Order: sequence, then C-alpha cells, then structure tokens
Amino acid sequence: MSEYAIELRNVSVAYGDCQCLADVSLAIPINSVVALIGPSGCGKSTLIRSMNRTNELVAKTVTTGEVNFGGRDVYGSRMDLRELRERIGMVFQRPNPFPKSIFDNVAWGLRSNGIRGRKRLEEAVERSLRAAALWDAVSSKLDQPALGLSGGQQQRLCIARALAVEPEILLMDEPCSALDPIATQRIEDLIDELKERYTIVIVTHNMQQAARIADFTAFLMAEQPHEPSRIVEFGRSVEIFTRPGDERTEAYVTGRFG
Amino acid sequence: MAAAAATAVVGVALIFAFVLQTAWPVLTRVGIAQFIFGDTWYPTRGRFGLLPLVAGSAALLLGALLLGAPAGVMTAIFLSEYCPKRLASLLRPAIDLLAGIPSVIYGFFGLISIVPIVRSVFGGAGFGPVAGSLILAVMILPTITSVSRDALEAVPRDYRLGGLALGATQWRTVYDVVVPSAWSGIVTSVVLGVGRAVGETMAVLMVIGNAPRFPRAAGQPISALTSQVALDMAYASGDHRTALFGIAALLLFITMGLVGVGRLTVRRQARQGRRR
Repeated sequence: MSEYAIELRNVSVAYGDCQCLADVSLAIPINSVVALIGPSGCGKSTLIRSMNRTNELVAKTVTTGEVNFGGRDVYGSRMDLRELRERIGMVFQRPNPFPKSIFDNVAWGLRSNGIRGRKRLEEAVERSLRAAALWDAVSSKLDQPALGLSGGQQQRLCIARALAVEPEILLMDEPCSALDPIATQRIEDLIDELKERYTIVIVTHNMQQAARIADFTAFLMAEQPHEPSRIVEFGRSVEIFTRPGDERTEAYVTGRFG
Repeated sequence: MAAAAATAVVGVALIFAFVLQTAWPVLTRVGIAQFIFGDTWYPTRGRFGLLPLVAGSAALLLGALLLGAPAGVMTAIFLSEYCPKRLASLLRPAIDLLAGIPSVIYGFFGLISIVPIVRSVFGGAGFGPVAGSLILAVMILPTITSVSRDALEAVPRDYRLGGLALGATQWRTVYDVVVPSAWSGIVTSVVLGVGRAVGETMAVLMVIGNAPRFPRAAGQPISALTSQVALDMAYASGDHRTALFGIAALLLFITMGLVGVGRLTVRRQARQGRRR
C-alpha cells in the first residue's frame, strides 16, 4: 500500500493548441490536505480536474503523463470512469445542489449506484450530513428543497452528497469562493475534521486559507504569459509560507503579485 | 412601437367581438350546451351539434400529443445533451425548416404517402384520426423540440458536472437532474405544440376524410373543428353560416385556455428560477 493517495507523474494538459499545464509531478499523501495555489488562470482547476478526469467533460483536452491512483493509471484504457469518480469525489466552486429535496440530493449518488433500500439510504444520508456538519440544521426538513438552504449550507450539502458515496479523495475547487467569511470558516473547520478519514485536495486563491488548513501546498505558475504552468514549489505549508525556497513563491505568498 | 402593440391588442379584441357577435343568434337559438354537446352535425337539416367535431379534434390532438411530444422531447434531449456539435449544426436548421413548410404541403405528403399506409395497415379508407395525428405530430415536433431544447440548454452546466462527478452515468444525470430542472420549459413546449395543433386546418383537412362522425376506427373518416369551418364556409348560409362562427368562437376559447396554461407554467418556472 502506497503512502500516497494519488500520484501525478509528468502530467501535461492541453486544450486544443493551448498547452495549459506542463510536466506536473505531485504526490498527495494519504489523509492530508493539499492546497494548490497560484495566480488566476494558472491551471489550478485544470490540475485538480485531471485527477478525476472531469477536464474532458468541460472541453476537449489532451492529457499526457501518468496519474497513479490505487496502483492504476487514471488515464489508462482499463479505467472505469464511473468507478474513478465515485472514489474521487468533487466539490465545485459554486454550490450546485440539484433542484430536489435535501434527502434526494444526498442520496443521489447512492441511488445512481443502484442502492434502493430505504433504511440504507436513510443511514447513509444521516451519516453524510453529520460528517458535513449539516445534520443538526436540516434533520427536521430533509424533504424540503435543497435550493432553499443558504449558500454555505448548500456547499456543505454538496460536500455531504460527495461523501455519501464514500470516496477516498475529495477534490475541492475553490469551495469557499462564493461564500461569506462565516460560511467559509465553517467549511474550513469541516475540512480539518474530514482529513481524519479522507484525503483532500483543495484549490484556493486565498493564501491565508491555504496556510490555515493545508498540510502541504503546491505553488503553480507560468514562466511567461502564454506558456504552460508548472509547479514552482511543493512542500509543507509551513515551509512554503514562511521559508519558501523559490523567490517566485516568496513574491507570490507575500502578495507582491497575483 | 406602442401603436404597433396597440394594434395587436385591438385586433384580437375586434376578432373576438366580431366572432361572438356573428355567432350569437345561433348560440341563443340552439342553446350553448346543445351546440357544444349535441351529437349530430347535420347543418343542412338544422342539426348543429358539435360533439362529433370536438371528439374528432380531441382524437387528433391526443394522437399528435402521444406521438409528437415524446419524439420532440427526445429530439431536444439528443440535440442538447448527446449530439456532437457538427451534427447539431446540420440537424438544427433541418428541424427549423420543418416549422416553415406550408401546411398544405404537409397535407399533400399525408395524402399521397401516409393515408395509403394507414389504409393497408388498419384497413378502411385510410383517411381518419391516425393519418391526421401522424401529420400533426410531425408538424408540432419543431415547436416542441426548439422550446424544450432552449429549456434544457438553460440548465446550469454545474448540474451536469455535479452528477457526472458523483460517478453517475450520463443518461442518469440527464434524466434525473437535467430533465427535471427543465421540466416546466418542456411542459411549456408541449402546450405550445398542442396550441399549434389545435389551430391547424389545411393539412388536417386533406387527410382526415371530413365526415362529421365520432372517431371509431383508425382508418375511418372523421372531421375536426377547424377543417369543418374551412370546408363549409364556401357554401354555408343562414344559421349554418352563423354556426361556423360559433365553432370559431369555441376554437378561440380553447386557444386562449392553452395560452393561459402556457403562461402559467412559464411564470412558475420564473419563480423557481428566482429561488435558485
């Protein structure tokens, strides 16, 4: 058993003629929180989406290199995309609960796996909502529309929905960018609890957030505009934010650009 | 611009007033209930019962709905969710063109190709509810497809990503997230399609045989409200003529009802959109 939840080796991603990421190698340790930071448009989202192959849902992309997950290549021909996305959950920038009840939202992933038993679904929904620290707020109104929840609650619902299918890794693409500071705080607390059981990769444009919650941080940027981004530095967050080894990292984390 | 809008409103009001006023004598003489629910339409003998025509129109609409709505909605789902862009750019104008074909050409097509097929499959004359429904289904397809497709394409991409990122198949994401999100738009498209079918005259007239009898068999002639007006107008006089205006009034009320239903669903959709 590897000590890494997922390992990228020399991964490059291109959209059409535009090379977006080049030669990214990154090993994500199990049960850790890894933050991806960098200036806007540097490909943080592309990188996180390359791990569960959701880039190809958004646009035509060509990915080269190897993404090793549980001993298999995510881009290999024998990879089952459904299984991959079940085992690597994802939370998006804007909360995207489905226009259904709270219960049906959380149970949705399980139902699409063919799980029907009412009791099993109820247990899973409660467990997931508790894990997402939302149970107390919604336990009395599970049959009400999810779209009636506040933005922060909607995002925690989306986390619960992702947790319900029991993934191993949770990918979070700027999960707090549409939330107010209090809701953001709650999500951060939640991430701290979740890393006991899950491996979390989070994209954030907020360096304080990365410093607060991430065990490891990767800093991405392009050498020149219109060139592909690369990983400039990857290491323990403490190092990255206090004693960065690269002057570009230092310039970025101290807020001199970006 | 205001004047143009006023023209439209005044025009509709005038049509309504004119039709009702012309129809009034026969409505009072026969009685509205007897007019709509009377079971014999034999105007030259003074029998003005619309029920066979209402039943004929209803059979045509039902058939068109059962055939056209699923086909139209499925086409919309295919175009918005599955179809490669290249193919969509070919299919879209083709479907829009369907809406632009003059209805007499549909009628002609029905007459020479659908009626004989119905005749050999179901027996009888071939003219009748099945031929009419088939033609109407094709005619309402573009309306249903284009309005449904707009509704489907308005569903946020995040819903699709959310479903697929949970490990669901594309089909499950489409039918359990995307389609329900677009549901009121889809209902609106069907209502609009039915509205088009209610008013359709020429194509229907050419393939249903035009005998004002209750629909009993697939290939036996029936008649519809619209086609009866168009056929009889050429020679009708006296009460018969006014009765045709009575039919027109009934048609106006039906279309008004449908427009009302359409607006209601659109408004409900708008309200849901705000809650989102």
